[in-house]
Amino acid sequence: MTDQPGWIKLAQGRDGAVLQAGGAWTVEYAADLDRQVEALPKESAARVLELSEIEAIDTAGAWLLARATGQGESKEIPWQNLPAEFQPLAERVLTAGPKVIPDHPRPRTVLDWVADVGAGVEEALEESLNLIAFFGEFVLATGRVIARPRRFRWIPLLVHIEQTGINALPIVGLISFLVGVVLAYQGADQLRQFNAQFLTVNMVGISVLREMGILLTAIVVAGRSGSAFTAQIGTMQVSEEVDALRTMGLDPMEVLALPRVAALIITLPILTFFADLMGLLGGGVMCVLLIDMTFGQFVGRLNDVVTATQFWVGMVKAPVFAILIALVGCFEGLRVTGSAESVGKMTTRSVVEGIFLVIIFDALFSILFSILSI
Amino acid sequence: MPARTPNVIEIRSLVNRFGEQVLHDGLDLDIRRGEVLGVVGGSGSGKSVLLRTIIGLNRPVEGDIRVLGQLTRELDDEALRRLQTRWGVLFQNGALFSSLTVAENIQAPMRERGDIPLELMEELAGLKVKLVGLPVEATAKYPSQLSGGMKKRVGLARALALDPEILFLDEPTAGLDPIGAADFDQLIRSLQQSLGLTVVMITHDLDSLVTICDRIAVLVDKKIKVGTLAELMRDPHPWIQSYFHGPRARAAGIAAD
Repeated sequence: MTDQPGWIKLAQGRDGAVLQAGGAWTVEYAADLDRQVEALPKESAARVLELSEIEAIDTAGAWLLARATGQGESKEIPWQNLPAEFQPLAERVLTAGPKVIPDHPRPRTVLDWVADVGAGVEEALEESLNLIAFFGEFVLATGRVIARPRRFRWIPLLVHIEQTGINALPIVGLISFLVGVVLAYQGADQLRQFNAQFLTVNMVGISVLREMGILLTAIVVAGRSGSAFTAQIGTMQVSEEVDALRTMGLDPMEVLALPRVAALIITLPILTFFADLMGLLGGGVMCVLLIDMTFGQFVGRLNDVVTATQFWVGMVKAPVFAILIALVGCFEGLRVTGSAESVGKMTTRSVVEGIFLVIIFDALFSILFSILSI
Repeated sequence: MPARTPNVIEIRSLVNRFGEQVLHDGLDLDIRRGEVLGVVGGSGSGKSVLLRTIIGLNRPVEGDIRVLGQLTRELDDEALRRLQTRWGVLFQNGALFSSLTVAENIQAPMRERGDIPLELMEELAGLKVKLVGLPVEATAKYPSQLSGGMKKRVGLARALALDPEILFLDEPTAGLDPIGAADFDQLIRSLQQSLGLTVVMITHDLDSLVTICDRIAVLVDKKIKVGTLAELMRDPHPWIQSYFHGPRARAAGIAAD
């Protein structure tokens, strides 16, 4: 750009004050031009804007000149001698102006905040009702498929078993092993004060089997597979694949949700069993290292203190958590609307809701087991 | 802006290859200042790749591209960024940032410059919205609240944010109803004339070719044939013949029955 930067000034002509502008009035120099326009005396009695020295102008420059001369206001200053080549642009900008700024929205008040809380509660209630309705639909679809088993989709089931089960083994195993290690380490440290290190085995055994194994597995699966379900179905929703299914008379619940829920019902117990093993192994390794105990002694003591009931208390939760996670994943996926942004939002929501429900139900199970004194 | 060279874009012996598939083989093209050039070609003939190559999203295997007198492959990052502010691109579906409002979308290229005061950016965003024929109230909306035609208009406003000299349009009228498409054609033409733009548009729309394009570039046999509509009508190449003399061309009033 060889043009000279734009300038504007107030000069005294023969018939009074005249505004003069020249140089390049382009977006290149917008910041500087804006300052110059703002620095002009507000109550200048300029009669006219002289533009014969303009070398270049674009819409940003024309807009600044329009602002400088109060176009569209009561005291507008006329333009003169704009070089002919810039006329069409200036006209275009002046017809688009002058009112180009929308009225700013009302500032937020405390009342808006209260209203937001109300709207949030209402939405949460509605969401819970919808989820329950979705569960109902799911039960109906399951009934239909049980009545006619040939309608069940076996290939997707196997694919989802691979994705949610086999592929999750390393991460679930590693996390459970490490938690077993941590439990044993912390437990042994505390119990040593009472000279009861050997109770570490009881503690690790019971906490891993009853709570830690299943809870960690469910949380990992909610983060891994619940989110994947939402993202997969959500993407199909965005590209109208779900609508295409409906028009062919296929029920998305049957085609999309059922194989996923079934897959998770199968894989979550298996993963939990694997997590239990790895957690106990981690605890065992730590006991051998910290307490005077061989691995054989650890296993023997474990066999004495842990009953099959402890194991089943953990395992029985697995299918329930599987249904919760998979249902929430599919439910949020089908709620995706239109944009790719919505897929991201619903995926986040699916993980948060999945984990939340898992923990709520875990608490309910605890109450149930204490009533049944198991 | 005074014309320094008659050509704003000069492409010489461009070669583009993806694996085995050769898309452009020794392609030459001159685009003149102040014209509206329509680029046509069959599906998969490399129209979009040509556009992406000119704007620097795709690095050609061989060949020189001069945009506004600068050889793009020799520019460093800084010089390329400066050059990029001198063209605007409208992608096929607008490619608006979905998490930003219309005003913020239009301001995005301005923010990148870093020195334009916030208030001025607000005003300029409003101005661009009105220049593309939308009500100023649209600035507060999000892309998901807009119709397809409005999205394209906002995309156009964003492409015009920094007052570019060249405007690239990728199928601007695709997906619009005939009335909306005709309006959009007129909008492009009037903006081109009043703002002194050079417009390069990929299009399948025969009506756009007839009504607003000064010249037409046809991508056939991995090269470009360019000419006015009348010149191309006389070209003996079979694809060009069937393109400009087919039933749709007749419907658009190009070819005589």
